[in-house]
Amino acid sequence: MFIFATLAIFLMIADNRLHFSVKIRSALSIIVAPIQYLVNWPVEFIDRIDDYLTSQHKLLEENTQLHNEQLLLQAKIQKFMALEKENAQLRALLSSAAHIDAQVLAAQILAVNLNPFDQQIILDKGKREGVYLGQPVLDAYGVMGQIIDVGPITSRTLLVTSPHSAIPIQDSRSGIRAIAVGEGYSGDIKLIYVTDTMDIKPRDLLVTSGLDLKFPIGYPVGVVNTVEHIPGERFAQIKVTPSAKLNLSRQVLLVWSKKLTRS
Amino acid sequence: MVKKIDSIMNSQLKIYFIIVISFLLAMMLTILPLPNWANWLRPIWILIVLIYWVLMMPNSISIEVAWILGLLLDVLTGTTLGEHALILVIVAYFINKFYLRMRLFSLWQQTLTVFTIVVIYQVFIFCIQGLTGSILITWQYWLSSLTSAMLWPWLFTLLQGFCTEAK
Repeated sequence: MFIFATLAIFLMIADNRLHFSVKIRSALSIIVAPIQYLVNWPVEFIDRIDDYLTSQHKLLEENTQLHNEQLLLQAKIQKFMALEKENAQLRALLSSAAHIDAQVLAAQILAVNLNPFDQQIILDKGKREGVYLGQPVLDAYGVMGQIIDVGPITSRTLLVTSPHSAIPIQDSRSGIRAIAVGEGYSGDIKLIYVTDTMDIKPRDLLVTSGLDLKFPIGYPVGVVNTVEHIPGERFAQIKVTPSAKLNLSRQVLLVWSKKLTRS
Repeated sequence: MVKKIDSIMNSQLKIYFIIVISFLLAMMLTILPLPNWANWLRPIWILIVLIYWVLMMPNSISIEVAWILGLLLDVLTGTTLGEHALILVIVAYFINKFYLRMRLFSLWQQTLTVFTIVVIYQVFIFCIQGLTGSILITWQYWLSSLTSAMLWPWLFTLLQGFCTEAK
């Protein structure tokens, strides 16, 4: 018993302080991956039946709605293309490296429940698809988190709301940089080390600053919810609501960004 | 003679099959997605299934099995490696020591014992989580020890039934 207990304690220390346990984890994850897929399967099956049974009326309705949306997006993209060209020209004038388009891959979240202490999700893509440690994960609305564990066919993502996650951000209005750390169970994010005098207001959009060389620049992380100045405290308390729909999305995007050089 | 040995082997194999299936099911139930309100009521499946098997077959389901199960559970739920392994090993060790006494308990006395074990397990996990950084402050966390204990009589009779069937 004592041998096994010591072994377990040793593993715990290794997992927290050293880094070779990443390999043990990814090797063991191949054993548990079938269990995760097995649990996910009935959920997916029900989804599929639900798809099959939707009425024609509903489909037509959805179709027109999507058509309208596409039209709107197309109009927007025309403007965007012109802006992109202009941006590239301006960058060329400044002779700085151009913003490289990131390569993306859609991944699905496996419907499994992990421990309630930490905000993590399992994706159905792994080393086989080229997923790497620390890779950013986005959904259609913003940054979801980053990959913390890659197995052969699955990978684990730490969500932005986890207290273990920190992302360097920038206020899109005032340009102030800060670090966003998850709050944990409440599902919010907070900004740390922001002094009272800094210009951050409620409803400001916070985007990734790209200073960590992990997350690409300019993806929305969240919107400032409340800013509280407590007399006697050195830093302001700033709560942020994440932009990504962390509880609703089933599809996420994995991003391969080339090392971005800043002008 | 040969036939008798054969039938013993067969029933032994059947029991091992039941053991593996029950552990697999317990793992699946551990990560089965539930609505938010029910999430807190989720019993600690692996622990109570492990308690049952150590109680019934202390010679074949031992500390090694508990350790491997705990490690798999850690990878499965994304906790610190070794966290569940350690507590399951400790639980398995003590049940292995006192299994004769515990077998003589009436069903509801057993339920009370299981409740105590689950509470100790939860306190342990809570402390380790606190040490490694992310803690959770909600009383609902402790509800699962109640549901686990309530599940024990059902699980006990169910698995007992399967075992007699196999024999």
